[in-house]
This record gives sequence, C-alpha cells and structure tokens, in this order.
Amino acid sequence: MPKTAEQIRRDLLRPLFHSGGRYWLAVGITGSMVLAGVFAFSYQVYHGLGVWGLNWPVFWAFDITNFVFWIGISHAGTLISAILRLANAGWRRPVTRCAEAITVFALSIGAIIPICHLGRPWLFYWLIPYPTERHIWPNFRSPLLWDFFAILTYLTGSTLFLYLPVIPDAAAARDLAYGWRKKLYSLLSLGWQGNPKQWHRLESAMHIMAIAIIPVAVSVHTIVSWDFAMTPVPMWHSTIFGPYFVTGAIFSGVAALILAMAFLRKFLHLEAYLEPIHFDHLGKLLLTMSLLWFYFTFAERLTTWYGNDVSEMNVFWSGIRQNFAPLFWTMIACNLIVPFPLLAIKKFRTITGTVIASTTIVAGMWIERFLIIVPALEHKFLPYAWGHYRPTWVEITLMVAGFGLMGLLYLLFSKLVPMISMWELEAGVRKTPVVRRRAAAFEPSSASANSGISEPEPFATDVSR
Amino acid sequence: MKALYALFSDPDAAQRAVNGLKSAGASLGIRERQIVVVTGEPFDGYDFSDEHSQTSIFLLASMGGIVGTILGYLLTRFTQLSYPLNTGGMPIVTSWTNGIIIYEMTMLGAIVWTVITLLVTARLPHFGPSLSDPAIWHGKILVGVADPPAHARPDLEKQLRLAGASEIKSTP
Repeated sequence: MPKTAEQIRRDLLRPLFHSGGRYWLAVGITGSMVLAGVFAFSYQVYHGLGVWGLNWPVFWAFDITNFVFWIGISHAGTLISAILRLANAGWRRPVTRCAEAITVFALSIGAIIPICHLGRPWLFYWLIPYPTERHIWPNFRSPLLWDFFAILTYLTGSTLFLYLPVIPDAAAARDLAYGWRKKLYSLLSLGWQGNPKQWHRLESAMHIMAIAIIPVAVSVHTIVSWDFAMTPVPMWHSTIFGPYFVTGAIFSGVAALILAMAFLRKFLHLEAYLEPIHFDHLGKLLLTMSLLWFYFTFAERLTTWYGNDVSEMNVFWSGIRQNFAPLFWTMIACNLIVPFPLLAIKKFRTITGTVIASTTIVAGMWIERFLIIVPALEHKFLPYAWGHYRPTWVEITLMVAGFGLMGLLYLLFSKLVPMISMWELEAGVRKTPVVRRRAAAFEPSSASANSGISEPEPFATDVSR
Repeated sequence: MKALYALFSDPDAAQRAVNGLKSAGASLGIRERQIVVVTGEPFDGYDFSDEHSQTSIFLLASMGGIVGTILGYLLTRFTQLSYPLNTGGMPIVTSWTNGIIIYEMTMLGAIVWTVITLLVTARLPHFGPSLSDPAIWHGKILVGVADPPAHARPDLEKQLRLAGASEIKSTP
C-alpha cells in the first residue's frame, strides 16, 4: 500500500514518543548486561589485571579479540552506507541510518576496550600527544598509536556522517514535540529551516563525506591488522592481514546490520519500511563476503602450509587438529557451511534465513578474531615460550557487557532519533523532473498513459525501492 | 519575522509561484533574496532548488585535507626530532610510518572542513526566528516573501493564487 509523507512521518516518529513493553524489556536485559560489566570492571580495577586469564606468553586474548571484533562490526555502517550513497542505490534509504548508528556505537565500544586493558585505565590520557610537564610523548612508530589516529578519524567522520542527515529529521521532530524533547530537537536541528540552499549544502557535504569515509574505513581495519602483522609472531607477520581483516570486518558488519534491522523491524514495528527485499539484497552481499572471507582464510592457510615453517606449522596444527580444532571448525561452520545454503538458495534468503545466517556469522567472526590472536601467542618460535590461556569470569562478563552496551545504546538511540531517514525516504519515492523526462524518453508511447510517470502523486508511491 | 506565504502540494505549482514572484518582484520592490522557499525534503530538478546548487564545498574540503596533511607532517616530524627514540633500528624521522598518521590527519582535515563549510554556508546553527510551517513536514512546499512591503501584499497574494495556492498565510 503506498505511503504518503504524512504516514511516513507518523510511522517513523511514533517510536520516539511511544514505547511498548517489549522495548523496556529489551532495555532491562541489555542494561543488566552493562551493569554486570561495570561490576566486573570495578572488580578488575580494584584487584588489578591479574583477575584476567592473561599469563606469559599470552598477554593479548579476550580483550583484544573484542577490540578487533567491535572495530570490525563498525564497518557495517558507514562504509556500506557510503558505498550505497555513492552508487545512488535507491533501496539504501531505509537502511543507511540503522547502519551508520552501528558504526558509531561499535566503534565507541571498540575504543573503550584498549582502555580496559591498561594496567591503570584512569591514566589513559597519557596516550594522547599533548605537551605536559611529564615530557611524555607517544611513539609514532607504534601501530597502537596508528590505531588511535585511525579510530579518532573514523569515529569523528562516522559520527558526523550519522549526524548530518539527522538534522532535518530533528527539525521535523522539533515541530511536533513539546517539553524537554522540543529543547533537545531544537538543539539537534541547529535551527534547520529547510530552504533549498541548506538542502543542497547538506547533500554536497554528505557526498564528500561518503567519498572520504570509504578509504578511512578501509584504513582503520588495515591498521588494526597491522597491530598484529607488524609483530614477528608466527602467522601474524603476513602481508595478507590488511585485506583479510577488512574483508572480515565488512562480513561481520553486514551480518550485524541484518540483525539490527530485524530487531528494529520487530521492536519498533517498521515492517512496512524494512521489507524482505532489503534483507534479500543484504543477504546477497553477505553471501559474497562469506565466499571472499573463505578465499582469504584458505589463501592464508595454504601459504602457511606450503611454506612448512616449523614455528608457523605449530600454530597451524593447533588450530586445525589440536586444542583449538573445535573452535576452528565451528568457525568454518558458522561462517560458511551454515550461511551458504541459507543465502545462496533464493527460497531460504528470507528474513528468517538471513537472520539465522547473520547470527552464526557474528559468532563465527568473534571466534575467528580469537583464533588469530591466541593460538599464535601460545606457540611462539621456541617451545620454552609456549603456554596456555583460559578466560576468567571477568573477561567473559566484559565480553557479554560489550554486546549489552551495543544493544542498549542502539535502543536508546532509537528512542531519540528516527531510525529511518524520513526526508531521504520521501525524496526517494518522489520522481524528480529529470527521472520523469528519462522515463518518458525510454517509453514514449506509455509515458502519457502512465500516470506515475507523467504526473505522479508527489509523495505517494512504493517506499521499498 | 513578517512574511506572506502559501503552501503548495505540487512542486510544479511552487515553481510557478516562484517564477511569478520573481517576475513581479521588480515592479513591487521585492528583491530575489526576500523570496523564500521551504521544504521538508530536497527538490532536485526544479529551478527554485537548483539555482542554489553552486557550491565551493568540494574545493574547501580539499583545502581542509591539505591543512590536515601539513599538520600531520609537522606533528610527526617535530615529535620525532624533539624526542629522538631509536626504535628497531628505524631512522629517527620514519617516513613510512609517519605516512599513516599524515594520511589519517588528511582525511580528518577534509571531513572536519566539509562540516564547517556546511555549517557556515547553510547558516547553521541559527536559533533566531525563521519562516516555516509545520505543514512542510507533511509534504507541502512553502513559497513566500519575507518582510513584504504593505503596498505590495495584494499583488503578491494574486501571484501566489495564480500559481495555484488555495490559502494565503501571513506571520505577524
């Protein structure tokens, strides 16, 4: 059924003003997960990092796995949104804001994690290059500092990329809200009026941001991979890590986006906007990324196996046959064997099918990050530097809290901002004069007969494409 | 702000209204910048919208990128010269690794400059009074004249009605 501008605004602004019981239940669950994380972190601060399972030679494990995982998840949003914007893909319109919000929140969670890993997290600001009486200055040759700059750039860019299209929607909410909400939306909208000059400047800025954010997104996960690849540890010191990590990031990011969309669709009743076709398109992208991820996984392991370097083979076999084999084969099942039929066969590429595939992929990609980090550190070059790692309840709780924080931030955001860009949706459904002229040129005989082409209802048409 | 305006459902009618106001403007003492169009979404492809499409935002974003490059270069080079740490046998000023910081600073400069340019050229933030109507969020297009001279009001109303406006509104 076609939607009018009024219906679109009513449907998309409704979640801001009214919440059902399911919404508050979800807030309660995710909030409890975050509280558990706060307790675990407080325990860690009081007792020191010894409450983690880290011990020589494994000094990076769960925490860094979470860091890489969340930075990877952040690739869903801004990167995909920017690509779809530049490609002018019409179906992107209901998807972009859901995706951009994932980036900002996942990146923020990712950025918090290295701070948790510091022995004295309250001194985290020592990492920032600014002149002080301590004469401490970061070393620009360290990949960890490259991370700082990359995440700073990506987080700044992604936050602005999310915020700019919110401005007109906040102006719409401002004119409907009252009380504290009116003040909030007045601030968020920056006094937006909606004159043609503002619209053109906004669209130009979004276009430039889309161009700039794509290479930044690629650089961020490449630099995260260099945290490992710059280190002479078996199976880390590899040139393939950059593209391998970027591929894995997009892969897990698209899966997270599908889960978030399904969640919003159900909890905010956006069934008319997040339609099966959106899940179908993203499912195809997920399938492509699954195959690409498998290609990189195979290429990396084939090269290692063929090289037959003793130290690398120790790590290799620990993953495939020995103590990490259950995790390795679970990863393969989660990232390829289960999703492949669900995403490749059209009949299964439904909302349910893509959600199942995405759930296994998110789990599989977390395991993949873990398998990159821990087996290599457990099997360094000489057997005297071998060891074992087991996570403690503190690390597991912090990992769970990360997922809880993501859900909570997403829920709270959906309460403050329409999760689908209203003005973009409306602009997308209205045929511009240029489109009408082109349509008439392609179909001259039917142009005059087709009311949708010759003179459409300005704001009433199919919203899904 | 005093204003006289009408709301249109059809962008072609809004275009006719703008054209009518412009053609009548010279004789009524109305300058083009007094003609206001306000919409709830962009209307690319219409003259009332496209005449504002010229922008130097791309050029300014590039300049922001250049500023970021210079800052990144200065930050890395002078840090390394001021704190000459020997790291893994690398030179004190390490161009390979500095390139990463410089690249990120370049992109950050371009992004921040783009947003600053947007805010300045779109005159945001602006919390003063401005002509608007809640109906624009329901798909209407507002076309009006800000601070119209009293003697011109009847002619302006006529122009708006000729374009297809059924109701003329004014702000006090």
